[in-house]
Amino acid sequence: MIEVKKLVKRFGMKAVLRGLDFNVQPGEFVALLGPNGAGKTTFLRILASLSRPSLGDVNVAGYRLPNQAAQVRARLGVVSHLPLLYADLTAEENLDFYARMYGIPDAPSRMTEVLQMVGLEARRRDLVRTFSRGMQQRLAIGRAVLHDPEVMLFDEPYTGLDQDASSMLDEVLKSVAAQGRTVVMTSHDLARSEDLATRFDVLSRGVIVASASRESLGNANLLTFYKQALAA
Amino acid sequence: MQLRPSFLKATLAVVRKDLSAEFRSRELLSAMLVFSMLVILIFNFALELEPATRKEVSAGVLWTTFAFAGTLGLNRSMAVEKDRGCLDGLLLAPVDRSAIYFGKVISNLAFMFIVEIIVLPIYSMLYGINLFNPGLLLVILLGSIGYIGVGTLLASMAVQARTREVLLPILLFPIVIPVLLSAVKASSGFLTGAPMTEIMPPLNLLIVYNLIFLAIAFMTFDQVVEE
Repeated sequence: MIEVKKLVKRFGMKAVLRGLDFNVQPGEFVALLGPNGAGKTTFLRILASLSRPSLGDVNVAGYRLPNQAAQVRARLGVVSHLPLLYADLTAEENLDFYARMYGIPDAPSRMTEVLQMVGLEARRRDLVRTFSRGMQQRLAIGRAVLHDPEVMLFDEPYTGLDQDASSMLDEVLKSVAAQGRTVVMTSHDLARSEDLATRFDVLSRGVIVASASRESLGNANLLTFYKQALAA
Repeated sequence: MQLRPSFLKATLAVVRKDLSAEFRSRELLSAMLVFSMLVILIFNFALELEPATRKEVSAGVLWTTFAFAGTLGLNRSMAVEKDRGCLDGLLLAPVDRSAIYFGKVISNLAFMFIVEIIVLPIYSMLYGINLFNPGLLLVILLGSIGYIGVGTLLASMAVQARTREVLLPILLFPIVIPVLLSAVKASSGFLTGAPMTEIMPPLNLLIVYNLIFLAIAFMTFDQVVEE
């Protein structure tokens, strides 16, 4: 579903990604772990077609970036630590806007379905600026799945959430993954990643330095795996 | 569900979203209007003009007001997109990105026209000049299109920078000098009753400028907003 070969991204003279290789099979949930500055967000922005690669091949859902970016975007849902929602519009108006931008047929029923999924049906006519951070993040997930994407990218979705909101987000993420979507998530929260992902990749200094499936990890601790990967 | 909306539907969706958000918050329009009124009042008191010379300077005062108020609106319009990551949300949509540009241009123009519609009668009363001249209104229409067309493109570029409020006027004013000079000259011509042979050259320049810069923006917006 995602194939990346020898990806390089430079900002001026500084190389953030240095020949990164990455593959994700359909239905996999990959947790992309790594310290600050490892290049996780840059990598996700390239997969989302928000940034152009300097070198290398990037294919998402069978389409090549950046040439077939519009086809990729139609099959992609992105959630970041920012909600990507308009504070002066209601939850319903935000979803309606994105439904128009994705050309979704029968948008009202799809919006209702999504609002029920993220538990915000009762607040559909409230302005987003009145929502808590957790509610905004749930609505952000609703926005991202509105067009039923095959691939989901989550960039630090737990940032700024309290314990209750994080637990609620866990449930929403599990239901998103249970629908057979391919998911790539960056997170600093190893415990939550361990709970959700089927594979763990460690990104450090612009390359993937270790990869392990949930099965291969067995009873080993994810924290130990992560520390060993960074130390190697 | 892999569908893509038409160019027109995507453009209208952006316009509809911008107008709905603004008519609810009124942040952008109120800032532009208050600023315009202050500029007009300051010029009125500072210049203390004789009735005969008012017509000659009115075009300059009007376009100075529109240009500064327009910059304020352009900055705010793109800041709303950037602050909560909404610009990424727009860019993630599977639409031709120039549809987003034209959507933003239309909504920014709508805000500019609203300000102009309110400013013109107030200016007329304060300065004792009838500004409701069809020729002048045409110049205001063309000048606003040129100013907002270039301004929206440059605001999309400036919004990526930390110093966007300062950066936009620095980038914008040198590039829109032909628009402002032509608009002032044509407006002044209509207000003072100059012959059409004097008015047509700046008017033609405005039309050509608008066509060229809208075409450039159409071709480059995708590169401008992408990292």
